[in-house]
Amino acid sequence: MLSDFPDHFPPRRNRVHEACGPNAFGFAFALAGHLRGSVLWAREAWHADQINPAGFSPYFDPHSLLIAKGNDQTEVLATAEEALRSGAVALTVIELTKSIGLTAGRRLQLAAEAGQSTGLCIVPEGAGSNAVETRWHCTPVFDPTDSTLQRWELIKNKSGTLTAWDVRWNAEARRIIVVSEARERPVP
Amino acid sequence: MPKRVVSLWFPRLASDRFLRARPIDAPFALTQRQSNTQRLYCLNLLASQQGLHRGMGHSDARAFCPDLQSHPADSVGDQRFLHVLARWAKRYCPWVGLEGADGLVLDITGAAHLFGGEATLLHDIHQRLARAGLLVKSGVADTRGAAWAFAHYGTGDATQAHPPDAIGRLPVAALRLEEKTCVGLQRLGVRFICDLSALPRATITRRFGAEVILRLDQALGTQAESISPLPNPPRYRVRLSLPDPIGLETDVMAGTARLLDQLCGKLKGREMGARVLLLTLRRVDKANQQIELRLACAMRDPLRILPLFERGVGQIDAGFGIDQLHLAATLVEPLPVQQMSHAHGRVDGRLDDLITRIGNRIGLENVQRFLPADSHIPERSYIIAPAAYSDPAGSWVNLRERPIQLFPPEPIMGAGPSPPAFLRWRRMTFRVERATGPERIAPEWWLSDENWRSGVRDYWKVETKQGRRLWLFYTPQNPGWFVQGQFA
Repeated sequence: MLSDFPDHFPPRRNRVHEACGPNAFGFAFALAGHLRGSVLWAREAWHADQINPAGFSPYFDPHSLLIAKGNDQTEVLATAEEALRSGAVALTVIELTKSIGLTAGRRLQLAAEAGQSTGLCIVPEGAGSNAVETRWHCTPVFDPTDSTLQRWELIKNKSGTLTAWDVRWNAEARRIIVVSEARERPVP
Repeated sequence: MPKRVVSLWFPRLASDRFLRARPIDAPFALTQRQSNTQRLYCLNLLASQQGLHRGMGHSDARAFCPDLQSHPADSVGDQRFLHVLARWAKRYCPWVGLEGADGLVLDITGAAHLFGGEATLLHDIHQRLARAGLLVKSGVADTRGAAWAFAHYGTGDATQAHPPDAIGRLPVAALRLEEKTCVGLQRLGVRFICDLSALPRATITRRFGAEVILRLDQALGTQAESISPLPNPPRYRVRLSLPDPIGLETDVMAGTARLLDQLCGKLKGREMGARVLLLTLRRVDKANQQIELRLACAMRDPLRILPLFERGVGQIDAGFGIDQLHLAATLVEPLPVQQMSHAHGRVDGRLDDLITRIGNRIGLENVQRFLPADSHIPERSYIIAPAAYSDPAGSWVNLRERPIQLFPPEPIMGAGPSPPAFLRWRRMTFRVERATGPERIAPEWWLSDENWRSGVRDYWKVETKQGRRLWLFYTPQNPGWFVQGQFA
């Protein structure tokens, strides 16, 4: 059976999407590697945890990443809007700590459409804006044979159905591979 | 009106400059390497009183004076300092030139009365320079040559004006002659300038060349000598005055566009690029409004800079109107013209413009990038640098798998050197299914780091039944378990 995964990933361009779950960062890096271009990562300055360039360098070149540190969420959103509107970066990752309202979400969406670039908000679980195109829930899954297995669930989709895929990261090919679903042998 | 020239000589310019920054109350000398020997280049008064002199070997000097303090000379810095002095001396007259490596020459014709006469002017110069810690000797005369002679060889009170015939009583060396010529003249018994001027001119020229007569004429004023003042530093500053006040945003932007065109033309002529621009809008009520634009890279393209001003101009309160616009490049950098090439990665300036826009909102140093660093310590394997002041350089080398997220170490329960079977972290319970490790990382003893006081660390990658893949470490020297990162 042909997987419908390529229809959904990478998610629609020129829109803002959301990712949540324990492995939302992994999703962001995989998406950045897929889009091939510079990335702006907007976050608040107080975060103690860091993204580690040695860790995500298999996904994409850390030199193509810019980090913008705002004092509060308003500055982060303003920065993200500026970046999305300029179209100078292929992907803008926005780390959010509070859920944003419809107005802010819609402004980001309009900026992404104007600048023809993609945005990805990383939101806490359960939060999120209704204005986004899709929302992905990403969790790592234990697998006795491999240590990159993860489950990506599409939990909101404005233009399609909700699905879930088990994917793994292929380090040699530097791409996401969909694990085929277990199903019964076709009866002749 | 006769010309009046002041010559200033700083006999200890280099050492005075050094001692201004770091006063030393002992014999002190600056040394310079000359043909394989360290020689004394400039001494302070105490060192001269000990019998040391310029040009002496440094080791000889130390043998004479064991408590001699010394430091290598910096002649480029001295030249720069002399230029600073020349700029300072413009407070007395507009016509200031350099005299060799340690002197200034000021044409004070028609300027002395502003300070209450020549004597007061010289007194003022001496007083200010003495307060700055500089030894200065000065001479004032009708010609540059005579002023030089009085500054270097004049006796008595330097601030006193010399009578015109006083130059005759100075030694011939005061004529700015070469050492060899002076010795030759002295051997003939010509010791003073009056002796020289008494001799027939033709014989002097035949014996010593035309230079002696030229210098004599210049000192006596029969031959003119010019003073070339230093050029003014370029000013990147333009202004637009309006007959009627303006208030609309589009009008202000149009005015800014005109100013930018002029300013960028100036910058282009000197191959410079602006790094910080300051737009000052003067309102009718004389209140100034300023917009500072800090650029992510040196730029001089008006079409690219103008849109960056939009946000700042939008926030301006025009009041009753704006009637003057100033635009200044307060920080400039050399920006040579570049070959257009398809192989150049940063030709597209959109990313730089974005950094500028964001930087003007959240601060230019808050837009950062990662640069690789040579360390096995995970949190020191990269450095974070402001993107506007660094270039992406260096390669990322990954010897082992590293987590994508790093936290400050968070302690968890655990005992013994092997990872616990169950762990609680951030109020979540995990069952460990597989643990890979240990990878031992030793602290860098040459750097003192609070976090690494607990000694070496054994890192484990732990995969849990619940899915999360965590990076734990165990510190054998101070037993304890910590979580430091999370894998994808």
